[in-house]
Amino acid sequence: MIRAENLTKYYGKTRGVEDISFSVDDGEIFGLIGPDGAGKTSLFRMLTTLLKPDKGKATVGELDVVKDYKKIRKKIGYMPGRFSLYQDLSVEENLAFYARIFNTTIQENYHLVKDIYQQIEPFRKRLAGNLSGGMKQKLALSCALIHSPEYLFLDEPTTGVDAVSRQEFWDMLENLQQKGITIMVSTPYMDEASLCDRVALIQKGSIFNINRPEGIISDFGRDLYALRSRDMFELNKDLKNYKNTHSAFRFGESIHFTAENISGEPESLRNYLIEKGHEDLKLEKTEAGIEDCFMDQMTAK
Amino acid sequence: MRTILFILQKEFIQIFRNKTMLPIIFIMPLVQMLVLVYTATLEMKNIEVVVVDRDLSQTSRELTAKFDGSEFFIIRGSTFDLKEAEDMLRENKADLIINIPDDFERQLFREGNVKVQLQINAINATAAGLTNAYATSIIADFNRHIITESINMVKPVQMKKINVASSFWYNPELNYKIYMLPGILVILVTIIGMFLTALNLVREKEMGTIEQINVTPIKKYQFIAGKLIPFWIIALFELAFGLTIGKVIFDIPMEGNLLVLFAFAAIYLLAMLGLGLFISTFSSTQQQVMFIAFFFFLTFVMMSGIFTPVESMPEWAQKVNVVNPFAYFIKVNRMNLLKGSGFWDFRQEFLALGIYAIAALSLAVWKYRKVV
Repeated sequence: MIRAENLTKYYGKTRGVEDISFSVDDGEIFGLIGPDGAGKTSLFRMLTTLLKPDKGKATVGELDVVKDYKKIRKKIGYMPGRFSLYQDLSVEENLAFYARIFNTTIQENYHLVKDIYQQIEPFRKRLAGNLSGGMKQKLALSCALIHSPEYLFLDEPTTGVDAVSRQEFWDMLENLQQKGITIMVSTPYMDEASLCDRVALIQKGSIFNINRPEGIISDFGRDLYALRSRDMFELNKDLKNYKNTHSAFRFGESIHFTAENISGEPESLRNYLIEKGHEDLKLEKTEAGIEDCFMDQMTAK
Repeated sequence: MRTILFILQKEFIQIFRNKTMLPIIFIMPLVQMLVLVYTATLEMKNIEVVVVDRDLSQTSRELTAKFDGSEFFIIRGSTFDLKEAEDMLRENKADLIINIPDDFERQLFREGNVKVQLQINAINATAAGLTNAYATSIIADFNRHIITESINMVKPVQMKKINVASSFWYNPELNYKIYMLPGILVILVTIIGMFLTALNLVREKEMGTIEQINVTPIKKYQFIAGKLIPFWIIALFELAFGLTIGKVIFDIPMEGNLLVLFAFAAIYLLAMLGLGLFISTFSSTQQQVMFIAFFFFLTFVMMSGIFTPVESMPEWAQKVNVVNPFAYFIKVNRMNLLKGSGFWDFRQEFLALGIYAIAALSLAVWKYRKVV
């Protein structure tokens, strides 16, 4: 169980996180979804005992992050957002080093990292600095796992990793979950949210929604419309100026739109846009995704 | 304890995998000692002289010849025109003008005294001082010679005079090389130890690797020890290497017990490496470490008495040297090698640097934070 109550951290006058509360059940994959600078890393650093909160309380496995930090460090594995292994040590040397300082050996916990480590084992003599992005990620995960932690904290593990490796990475996380490890993972990619058991949406230092991925979508509440026309730039501008607009933002090739009232009154919207002179106008209702929940929150007037 | 061994193993792999490390350890001391020991000398040779001899008598020629015969002076030219000589001084073609007046010989024998003018280029005050001292002593010597001769012409008498015989202890030939070498060694050992240690720790911050280390159960003192010990060993090795070069190439005397010297070096290095680590705990980039370490290093070196005697510094500066570990080590190094002083002679220095080492290391361990 990971629990945070009213966690607050300021860097001088800059807000890191403010008044964050949530809990993660044992065996869960808990996603922290939010844009850069939302406070994800600050939250991770507090939970991994690297940063002291200004206010509030947090526990990892019933241990307090401030008082019992020494005990917590034996129980957690942490993979920082930036590659933090020794670039001038080889793959094997890195893994052996992290095993030894936790008083264990590679052999003892090989079963835990086997699936992941096997993929980079052919390069075990190569210096970590010379690995590709995806391989670095796998090595970092192996090193975070080699002492058999109960809780795994992964700060943006898939940032800068290609799509195939990202998919593989999430498959690995599911495997680890089945071994009973509780995983807290942050990502700026909305599509990865649906792979978590539960997600927290975080923005500007506070969490505005915690739910199962389906729950977040069904919570969306408003009808969502996808619009296209010949002049997308003008369309975006006109939608922003429309009196009934709640949010309007580019989404792939179209613009997603929600209105202040739930239904959105598509007919009056269409009339307004035709009046503005838009040609080839397409307006259709569409299903909301996690990203829509986010953008709706962020671009709401 | 085992954890420290694992950290040490990792550090040594990294140190020797670094391609610049072996040249730093083996080539740098060789070059520094070969170059610096020869150049950092206060001995003056080949002072360039221009003579303005308007007398051209036998006596004035004898005086000029005396300068010419000295190994310190080289006669670069002679002229009758003082202005021409001054131009040479201005153009840096001469360091010293000896101005002999036209009635030099006559006045010397008639009046019994005569004035000779020396004009010295004093851009470098130390060099000017030495030039003046050398020139004056040559003229004084010449003077005595004249007195003896002229008295002999009249009637031979036994002159009563005080004969000053000097002998220089511990360095009888006043050989600057063996005086400078122990000092250069201290510089060398300090650069290797203090700078490399400090840079190594801050590199972990720069690369972000410290983030991963901080969530492990490694204790603060274990981490600091892991950073300290490798460079401590390397710096002690460096001292041995430097002494070997000194013995083989410069034949420096080793009067004292080398064990005492190494014991002192070991404590000195704990203090300096501790200081380096302390600097790196509050820096976040290698650049910051470099600048701060350089500030301390240069201040310590200039105040230590390696180039200029401590005794000629103002009193406050001499007092500040109480906290200058560099000054202690230079003193111990010179006294041990040249004079053969032993442990009991250095008891105060041992005590002072022992306290220094404990303070610096405690500060470093205290300041290094695993939690921000």
